[in-house]
Amino acid sequence: MLKLSLSRMEELFSRINGERTLYAPIQIGEQTQFTPWVPDAAVQMNRLSTVKSPKDYFFPHIEDIAAFRVQGKEIEILDVRTEAAPFAVFGVRACDAESLNLLDRIFLDDPIDTFYESKRKSGLIITTACFEPEETCFCGVFGIDALSPGGDIATWIVDDTLYWNALTEKGEALTEAVKDLFEETDDMAVKAAQEKAQTVFDKLPFRDLNLDGLTGEVLMKKFNSPEWANLNPSCLSCGTCTFICPTCHCYDIQDFDTGKGIQRFKCWDSCMCSDFTLMAHGNPRTSQLERFRQRYMHKLIYFPDNNDGAYACVGCGRCVQKCPISMNIVKVIKALGVENDV
Amino acid sequence: MRQKAHELLSSGAVGAVLAWEKGELPYDTSPAVFRDAEALDKMVYNGFCGSNLSKYLIEQGKQDEKVLVFLKPCDTYSLNQLLSENRVAREKLHIIGIGCKGKLDVEKLRTQGIKGITGIEENETLKIQTLYGDHELPREDVLLEKCLSCKGKDHKVYDELIGEDLSADTEQGDKYAKVAELEGQTPAERFAFWRGELSKCIRCNACRNTCPSCTCLKCVFDNAHSGVAAKVNATEFEENMFHIIRAFHVAGRCSDCGECSRVCPQGIPIHLLNRKFIKDISGFYGEFQAGETAELNSPLLCYDLEDAEPNIISKREGDN
Repeated sequence: MLKLSLSRMEELFSRINGERTLYAPIQIGEQTQFTPWVPDAAVQMNRLSTVKSPKDYFFPHIEDIAAFRVQGKEIEILDVRTEAAPFAVFGVRACDAESLNLLDRIFLDDPIDTFYESKRKSGLIITTACFEPEETCFCGVFGIDALSPGGDIATWIVDDTLYWNALTEKGEALTEAVKDLFEETDDMAVKAAQEKAQTVFDKLPFRDLNLDGLTGEVLMKKFNSPEWANLNPSCLSCGTCTFICPTCHCYDIQDFDTGKGIQRFKCWDSCMCSDFTLMAHGNPRTSQLERFRQRYMHKLIYFPDNNDGAYACVGCGRCVQKCPISMNIVKVIKALGVENDV
Repeated sequence: MRQKAHELLSSGAVGAVLAWEKGELPYDTSPAVFRDAEALDKMVYNGFCGSNLSKYLIEQGKQDEKVLVFLKPCDTYSLNQLLSENRVAREKLHIIGIGCKGKLDVEKLRTQGIKGITGIEENETLKIQTLYGDHELPREDVLLEKCLSCKGKDHKVYDELIGEDLSADTEQGDKYAKVAELEGQTPAERFAFWRGELSKCIRCNACRNTCPSCTCLKCVFDNAHSGVAAKVNATEFEENMFHIIRAFHVAGRCSDCGECSRVCPQGIPIHLLNRKFIKDISGFYGEFQAGETAELNSPLLCYDLEDAEPNIISKREGDN
């Protein structure tokens, strides 16, 4: 393990940024967002969750996939694909790092999404342990250890020191390049801080959220549960939860008429949108209730059924904090889980 | 409130109750429709019931039943606007006006560095328990933006009132202060301000969907043939256009309920666009508050022989 005084973070950021583009949680107005690092940026080490997750850098909100140039009756198809430039994201939390492993299951499975693959190869994730979880955090429910985060390099901030540990080859390579800034150390201080913080994790309101009974075996029972009719009416069917979620991965393909041709792009879709799953023949989901149900069935039943039991939620708590009317996955789990067997 | 809801639901006078349901945390109340008197135990009314229930009445109104709805004073302006546009049928509603001391914004606690909130005791001073120790804060420091320019204690439409005497004297801040500040800037400064704010937009549509004046059956942004995208910024100015179009469309109909800014996950002060329109309309045509009554009387919808020509109006700017 390596260590560095927090007073030298600017130097570290500057060095990483020299090698590649660096993104970090930076305060903008009253909110913290992952944005490109610039010298003297207000990097937030303590605010846990950014409004949006770092998912954007791997699976952007919008991405051109092809273009068409129209001249008379001729249509030329243009390849707009580019290799992603190297980049690093600093300050990723354990939940968000795990969300990328979930996205890998979708986009790196056959047929591979080359847009995502390119960014995943070029991107380096530097995680930071959470010593002060929020009341909305429940990553532990999904087996994520916020005190020992994943990614390519894990870091821990204890008092005024950054502890640094490379976890992958990519992480080792970056570490070599900046090693002269660091000092070698043992993990005693990190262990002590982890033990102390564990007592807070043991008190989190959602620590005992029970996922039992949410499996593919009861798919139809959950699909037809009367609870949906109770939960759905509060939902405004806005896309806040889906757009701030680190694991939501549905996308749409649309054409933008540039006047001289077509820019074909993929963009995040949201099951909350009325045109979600709209196809030439019509839409299999015509009501708000069906779209609301889709979001939670996808995360809690379909995804684990297709992915060795892995739920499409990492307990980051963003939807708990940001839903305009406070309807969220925790309430849905409680209403539909084994404790309320409906 | 619960007793009244129980009474009306049990007697069959109403088929549903639209109110708020307590959540899992001290602040996460959700709007809810109650059909079962037993479930009313979960009904709650506290400082975190800032959401405006009026718009839910559009969807609720499609049911063949009467509904009991609890409205705060400011929510009744939105309902009047919906009634004036025939989006909600008055005879299907039993409206109970409830008192309000201003509602609270949990984000304001977070921006003050309070985290790990496990309990909140509401009094003039808020006592907040967290995983990391206790805090005390004056209630007025945590009020929602919309409550800083409260419309007052009067309910504009109701069948009965409960606890209206519990309404506190609320802030009557100058709601146009920020608008006036922006008006005083150069066009370039103003453009920079709005580009900075609106470029944060993630196109989640929360502002539109919560807005009691956004009641189009199919929004132009949801129309795949309109050439504009609903869920992404296909060009770098599209989010600006979205907000500008929306502000124009609700001009003269927006009651300034403030829900747009309350729900924005990115903290964009969307209400300032609407307030600019409200300020201008009041300046050009005389003081006007949408939703004051259920009559369709917006200056932008009514023609009056006294109305000035548009060019006269623009010349009149600044001297009214």
